[in-house]
Amino acid sequence: MTMDSMPTRGRKRRRNGGVGPGLRDFPTFKAVSYLVFVFLYLPLVVVVAYSFNSNRVVSVWRGFTFSWYSEVLGNDDIQRALFNSLRIGVVATIVSVVLATGLAIGLLTMARAGRTFAWTLIGAPLIIPEIVFAIGTLALFVQSRIPLGVNAITLAHIAFCVPFALLPIRARLRGVDPAVYEAAADLGAGEFTIFRRMTLPLLAPGIVAGALLAFIISLDDFIVSYFLAGPGGTTLPVYIFGMIRNAVTPGVNALSTLMLVASILIVSLSYLLARKRR
Amino acid sequence: MKAPWSATARQRRQAGQGSWWSGLPGVVYLIALVFLPLVIIFVYSFLSRAKLGVGVKWQFSLTPYTELLFSESLSGGRSFDPTYLQIIANSFWYAIITSVVCLVLSIPIALWLATRAPERRTALVFAVTIPFWTSLLIRTYSFIIILNDNGPINGLLKGIGIIDEPIAMLYTPFATVVGLVYTFLPFMILPIYASAERFDFRLAEAAYDLGAAKWTVLRRIVLPSIRPGIIAGMVLVFIPALGSYLAPELLGGGKTSMIANVIAAQFGASRNWPFGAALSVLLLVITLLVLVIFAVVAKRASRAAGRGGWEALI
Repeated sequence: MTMDSMPTRGRKRRRNGGVGPGLRDFPTFKAVSYLVFVFLYLPLVVVVAYSFNSNRVVSVWRGFTFSWYSEVLGNDDIQRALFNSLRIGVVATIVSVVLATGLAIGLLTMARAGRTFAWTLIGAPLIIPEIVFAIGTLALFVQSRIPLGVNAITLAHIAFCVPFALLPIRARLRGVDPAVYEAAADLGAGEFTIFRRMTLPLLAPGIVAGALLAFIISLDDFIVSYFLAGPGGTTLPVYIFGMIRNAVTPGVNALSTLMLVASILIVSLSYLLARKRR
Repeated sequence: MKAPWSATARQRRQAGQGSWWSGLPGVVYLIALVFLPLVIIFVYSFLSRAKLGVGVKWQFSLTPYTELLFSESLSGGRSFDPTYLQIIANSFWYAIITSVVCLVLSIPIALWLATRAPERRTALVFAVTIPFWTSLLIRTYSFIIILNDNGPINGLLKGIGIIDEPIAMLYTPFATVVGLVYTFLPFMILPIYASAERFDFRLAEAAYDLGAAKWTVLRRIVLPSIRPGIIAGMVLVFIPALGSYLAPELLGGGKTSMIANVIAAQFGASRNWPFGAALSVLLLVITLLVLVIFAVVAKRASRAAGRGGWEALI
């Protein structure tokens, strides 16, 4: 749900809240909806369930065990991949949030042509097929002799984290009444004081929400990281892909479960923050 | 693409609002890391293959594009080779099936969601978005477990005695389509839901009261009203589905290569960067054409796509 749609909720409540006979009892709709929810969550449930499978053969259930978790957590390669992922995620998040905050504020006063151009650039990573973005960045780095690895991945992640960081910040910014700025300016506050003492605190929940989303997007990215990893830049998803490709052990399920839990926690937090009323 | 959600920005410069140059670092960064890579890909697609395969040789060549249609034998003769046309056609085919299946599943759930009580609705819509925020690699991988011969589905069917031998589902086109539908389903549900939420269901009730049958109400009243959402959903599913990499790679078992897999191979094992670049240019052109076609079909599509698609996720 967006922030913008909130003020109209009261109206919608009257309209759709007590829907009468009409569509509500379309017999198949409820059944299909339940099935879709099962379909959406089945893969998550299966990965979590099989992470406790004691059988070496991933797909055949034998018994319950926690041992894959200790095996995964004790693995040096996985720890290195985790460290790479976190480092990339943290740096990409910080930079993309700074850029996105600047963009959110700048877009308000940009001329029409500039705005269209900026939005095309911001939206492009969402429309361009990820594989094209990945190999394009790879070609750019090879051409300009930027070495592949953790830093190369970070540079690329920043680009596609910007739109995700931007949306909650922008939603927040649009909800701010410009009168508060005028009041501050009338009382003698300079541009920078207004930014530091008013804009930033007002945007803070949006900035944190955007940062969390950017962090998950970076953490979960596979394709771009895979092409830019080079020898030393293995991230967790790249490592998991290797596990799937080479020898599937149930360890991959334990590692995946940990990543799923992290993603779900972070997105829930972001969701709660974005919804927080002013 | 013209971004839709910029429409309400205030144009007049107001006190304390900051100024346009605060957006400059972001714009410059995106030019360097979004626009430049595309330029390089375009340039590479007109160059020659490097000797060792990594990178390119700076010599103009149209070979990357002719390779799409012709294969060159060792003696230098050219013959028509439909391999890549077939893969492009396959990609379209998979993207179409995926869009249609997503549509059929999404209309009921979108309408169902839109008719829930508001408090429950918010939670349910969030529940639809949660899987999207988890790793696509892990979700796709999970279908290897689910669909395999000893997996839960075959186990269940065998357990209740419907089948004796496991049904081979993994590493088939079916598995690829399941993976694609799974990946893109939220992108269809959310825009249709956004349209359905704005629909005044009293209209449906009125038609119902006037004696219309349920299916007539659905077909004549509800579906036309949620059309913008449907079109937006088709754009948001079809376009990324066309460029999918993971589902065919992990679930198709090499039998269902799509364009993205061929591109990846050129930059990996096949070591033919210019050809990979030419395929990328082709994929981009197709993507843009499809966008334009959809935009012509419904001018409101992009607007609904922005609102119902991306912003609804957040």
